[in-house]
Amino acid sequence: MGSIIFGRRALLAGGAGLAAAAAGRGAAAQGAPIRIGELNSYSRMAAFCIPYRNAIQMAAEQINAAGGVMGGRRLEFIFRDDGATPGDAVRVAEELLTRENVAFIAGTFLSNVGLAVADFANQRKRLFFATEPLSDAITMAQGNRYTWRLRPSTFMQTRMLVEAARGRTQKRWAIVAPNYEYGQSAAANFKRLIGGAIPGAEIIAEQYPALGRVDAGATVGALAQARPDAIFNVLFGPDLTAFVREGNTRGLFERRFVLSLLTGEPEYMIPLGDETPEGWVVTGYPWDQVEGAEHRAFVEAYRARFNDTPRKGSLLGYVTVQVLANMLNRADSLDNEVLVDTLRDLRSDTLVGNVTMRGIDQQGTMGTWVGETTQRNGQGIMRNARYADGADYMFPEEEVRAARRA
Amino acid sequence: MTLLVVESLNKNFGGVVAARNVSFSLMAGEILAMIGPNGAGKSTSFNMVGGQLRPDSGRVVLEGQDITGLPPCAICRLGVGRSFQVAQTFLSMSVLENLQMALIAYAQRTRDMLARADALFRDEALELLDQLGMADAAARPMNTLAYGDVKRVELAIALAGKPRLLLMDEPTAGMAPGERAALMRLVAGIARRAAIGVLFTEHDMDAVFAHADRILVLVRGEIIAAGMPEDVRANPEVQRVYLGTSGLRAALRARAAAHG
Amino acid sequence: MSVEFSFLLVQALSGLASASSLFIIASGLTLVFGVTRIVNFAHGSFYMLGAYVAVTIVPWLLQIERSPTLFFVGVLISACVVGVLGVLMEVLLLRRIYKVPELFQLLATFGVVLMVQDAVLHVWGPMDIAGPRAPGLRHGVMILDQRFPAYELFLICAGPVVLGLLWLLMHKTRFGILLRAATRDRDMVGALGVNQALLFTGTLFLGAFLAGLGGALQIPRVSASAQMDLSIITEAFVVTVIGGMGSIGGAFLAALLIGQLQAFGVLIFPKITLVLVFLLMALVLVVKPWGLLGRPEAAPASAMPEGIASPRRFRAFEKLMAALALLAAAMLPLFGDAYAVKVATEVLIFALAAFSLNFLVGNGGIVSFGHAAYFGLGAYASGLLVTKLGMPMEPALIAAPLAGGFFAALFGFFIVRLQGIYLAMLTLAFAQIAYAVCFQWVEVTGGDNGIVGVWPSAWASSRIAYHYLVLVVAVLGIFALRHVIYAPFGATLRAARDSAARAEAIGIDVRAHRWLGFTIAGAAAGLAGGLYAFSKGSIDPTLLGIPLSVDFLAMILLGGMQSVMGPVLGAAAFHSIKDVFMPFTDHWRFFLGASIIALVLIFPRGLGGAYAALRARFSGGAP
Repeated sequence: MGSIIFGRRALLAGGAGLAAAAAGRGAAAQGAPIRIGELNSYSRMAAFCIPYRNAIQMAAEQINAAGGVMGGRRLEFIFRDDGATPGDAVRVAEELLTRENVAFIAGTFLSNVGLAVADFANQRKRLFFATEPLSDAITMAQGNRYTWRLRPSTFMQTRMLVEAARGRTQKRWAIVAPNYEYGQSAAANFKRLIGGAIPGAEIIAEQYPALGRVDAGATVGALAQARPDAIFNVLFGPDLTAFVREGNTRGLFERRFVLSLLTGEPEYMIPLGDETPEGWVVTGYPWDQVEGAEHRAFVEAYRARFNDTPRKGSLLGYVTVQVLANMLNRADSLDNEVLVDTLRDLRSDTLVGNVTMRGIDQQGTMGTWVGETTQRNGQGIMRNARYADGADYMFPEEEVRAARRA
Repeated sequence: MTLLVVESLNKNFGGVVAARNVSFSLMAGEILAMIGPNGAGKSTSFNMVGGQLRPDSGRVVLEGQDITGLPPCAICRLGVGRSFQVAQTFLSMSVLENLQMALIAYAQRTRDMLARADALFRDEALELLDQLGMADAAARPMNTLAYGDVKRVELAIALAGKPRLLLMDEPTAGMAPGERAALMRLVAGIARRAAIGVLFTEHDMDAVFAHADRILVLVRGEIIAAGMPEDVRANPEVQRVYLGTSGLRAALRARAAAHG
Repeated sequence: MSVEFSFLLVQALSGLASASSLFIIASGLTLVFGVTRIVNFAHGSFYMLGAYVAVTIVPWLLQIERSPTLFFVGVLISACVVGVLGVLMEVLLLRRIYKVPELFQLLATFGVVLMVQDAVLHVWGPMDIAGPRAPGLRHGVMILDQRFPAYELFLICAGPVVLGLLWLLMHKTRFGILLRAATRDRDMVGALGVNQALLFTGTLFLGAFLAGLGGALQIPRVSASAQMDLSIITEAFVVTVIGGMGSIGGAFLAALLIGQLQAFGVLIFPKITLVLVFLLMALVLVVKPWGLLGRPEAAPASAMPEGIASPRRFRAFEKLMAALALLAAAMLPLFGDAYAVKVATEVLIFALAAFSLNFLVGNGGIVSFGHAAYFGLGAYASGLLVTKLGMPMEPALIAAPLAGGFFAALFGFFIVRLQGIYLAMLTLAFAQIAYAVCFQWVEVTGGDNGIVGVWPSAWASSRIAYHYLVLVVAVLGIFALRHVIYAPFGATLRAARDSAARAEAIGIDVRAHRWLGFTIAGAAAGLAGGLYAFSKGSIDPTLLGIPLSVDFLAMILLGGMQSVMGPVLGAAAFHSIKDVFMPFTDHWRFFLGASIIALVLIFPRGLGGAYAALRARFSGGAP
């Protein structure tokens, strides 16, 4: 119980994962390094982005030690802060491309930054590997040939949670989400999907506190007054901590079913500590329960190197490098048109098993874990967690076609 | 010809009466002084005429036109110039530019975005300064002037608008005694030549009794006496509440000096 | 019925708890402003530090014994630690800049904000840190049929207790009486022979202590995070302004008002929290220009105004420099790489925006904290026309200044009625309202994601062609505005800034002229915004945000707001500093903040002021 076992194929692939990148190409990397520009909100969103960068560096070092990519060339990441605004990010992207001569760019956290950089990449016809921004728009209505996203989108993660609620009896739902694109589109996705999983479900209350400024008392009071059977929560970070504490004291979560996005990610779970509520169904990353030799090796290496446990960001950073290395090896070229074509339906064996960059919407099938929250020794953990493969939760193909045609 | 008629102005500040039934009139070319102890309501009455304050009730009529409650800029354009108790000039500019600014405003060219301001009305500005004896200081920055000179420039600014009525709130405050007499002589001369009506407040009794045609005495917001300087001086009520013996001596001295 | 009532009661109590917390923080801000006249942006940083110190100290104390006493001892220690940090800031920084213009002090405190943000990340790491709950106050208390946190009942009492203690301090101690005297008339305290430095140090201690206390008291409710500072500072400003700057009673009243509005506002408009407080502030300021309990600020009658004095014409040397700069900008594509061209294009755009801001601040004495609003609205006008109506770039670029000017006229109508810090805060309120509309009106504006695909027409789509387009438009814009500064209208704005009373008395309708000036500046900012949109290819609400408004202010202050061309220099300097430090990734904000502070200390009148001083020295003294 509480452990996840990948299929046999993934396990085998996992064991060989990184080494495969350099298979048959000599031991040490040589030749001109391949420079990849990575821009992210390292200052503003440090909790997520710094573990992410740590893992990227670790993965790149491991690959380089094992012989590099494309016949022995080193991977080199050039990291930049994107200033957490689209204006700064586009300038930084320009700097990476023109002055640092990077082969292509990757990264960004905030949706608006990701979208602006995506459009910039499209204009400049350069590959942009959007690792973190969750906005559906990046791969749907505003998708473009040069922009690919790895992390499961808002829609996918919401769908995973809704599926986990299938068969439940709670009909009266309340939504609480931060008042910006991610929160709004998660709420919209939820409204669209919940009826399919629980016939007759209705939304009876919605609260949209400003990001980072939740007035927890008033919000909890307003939700409780609506007397919902269940709550769909999209708050995260400091807002989540405040909301959970207030809700615990006021009994908001008693006898109520809660679906909560991202809450199981260590970034957001650790600060909850002994306030972690019992039995919420969440998406997250139970790093200590994931089975598989490769993942265990990753955790050990990460802990040894950074004296810290891995976060969701770490996992994402590592998988990013795995996919990019695979892409480079397959393409054996830095021509961005070739890289983009190589990414189309590219299958990579990664820490989380197979990840395919689906060609139709340029979205990776990387999944995430769905489980229930509980406490152990005053710390929040996930139990009964299972890996939800992103491939099962993507947008329907006809919907993608309609959105991307526009 | 009656230039200004003030009819029963009233003003309260949070229950404190600053002006009660203040009424008076002023002829063109006449010099009218308003005297009274501190806090008597002189500046309040002044500011109601100049538009800086809106009266609670009462009327201010300039040449037959009701100007009660008009904003100061509108009142200025109807021919009212004024100086302030604490001189108000444009400190970041030179003396000449202060005058040019006043002339630009008089010519209603303040919205002009094409001309160069420093090229406009130079000669007229110098002429006005010359009138006040300040032509030599034209190029000096305003903030380097002695206070007496600042007052003089302020007067020149007020005159730039070719006013028919000139309001002067303590025009000689902060000046040396010699300067005061000179300034008041100057003002009186200009006023009589151009038939400008002058209303001024003053603490310096020498200035008041030397130049005023008529005097109003304000105490606690009310006019308690009005009339020719001799009448006012002789008024026992005025002597009791305001002038006192020292004021009386000053009044006598001033008259003697003026009539040589 | 009783259910309804108990809910309303508990919701009102929630509002009171928020109000109490907000008041404790805002009281410190209003005190510091009242005495030192410094708009202390770093107050939010003190709040954040209070929380961080508390989540470090309190758990350590609670290990000794889980007692309520030790919890509150820990909270008070944290507040004292922060108070000492406030003293440090006063002694090391503020004391050196009391004589420089108020806006520079504001900029210096903003530098502190940037430094503290990165210092906190460095010391405490990037993870949010949850503090312990208060022993003995963990539980909920039943109020009718609703459960209410005991700790919040305690907070509800804490606000009035702090208010009472402050009252005692202000009325019963010599220090407090001096504080009140200084709030009413700063010069008087100097005249009384009081040691002003000591008084200010004491004030900063008290102010920072209150901010730290506010932060430390929050740890049972929220986790300490590196974004706490900016989330609280705007709200604290709003409270102090609504209450009347310097008025502690007013701050209490305003906090109560905001607390209740939030608590009940979310019931009716669940998305309103973004803008509610700014709507309230705009409303209060339009009706009561000095806040609820504020006193009109005595206009300094004889102080030399800060800003552009009589502008001189270019001398031969300056003409040469201007020509060389123009030539360099024009030749850049020949010798600079693509990125240099891109940066130069941005600098030109920001130079126009900064110049338009200085047209208001330096030339008109109208301090705007929300100039980015017109920049952003210009960008939105262009962006929406191109993406929604399919217009080409050229007409869309013409629409940008029209939109900027239109909204500047609309907001400016109310703004120019106010003065000083209240005027500045109203510009901020309108900017935030505009920001909220762009943020919330997803169908039209694309919400916070904004809109992409705002690219120039084909002929201007290459970096170099667009650079020349921007060069021509921005330089023409700057020279047109510069010409207006020298024209009678510019002189009239300076006259109204120097002495509004005198300006009125020579027949100038001060309000109408300032309104027109505000509109022109808004139009120029809008034009810059339009150019910016096409250079980035996208628009989003950060173009209207407070950070960009602060950037513009930093540009004109670094350049020197008393020199006509200073803002151009400032835009180039600020952009270069940012560009140099941003690749250092982790701590670029720290370095940016440190350079801002260094520049304020070394060039207290900006680069333009430094140049003027240098020239005066070499040309024999005459300024």
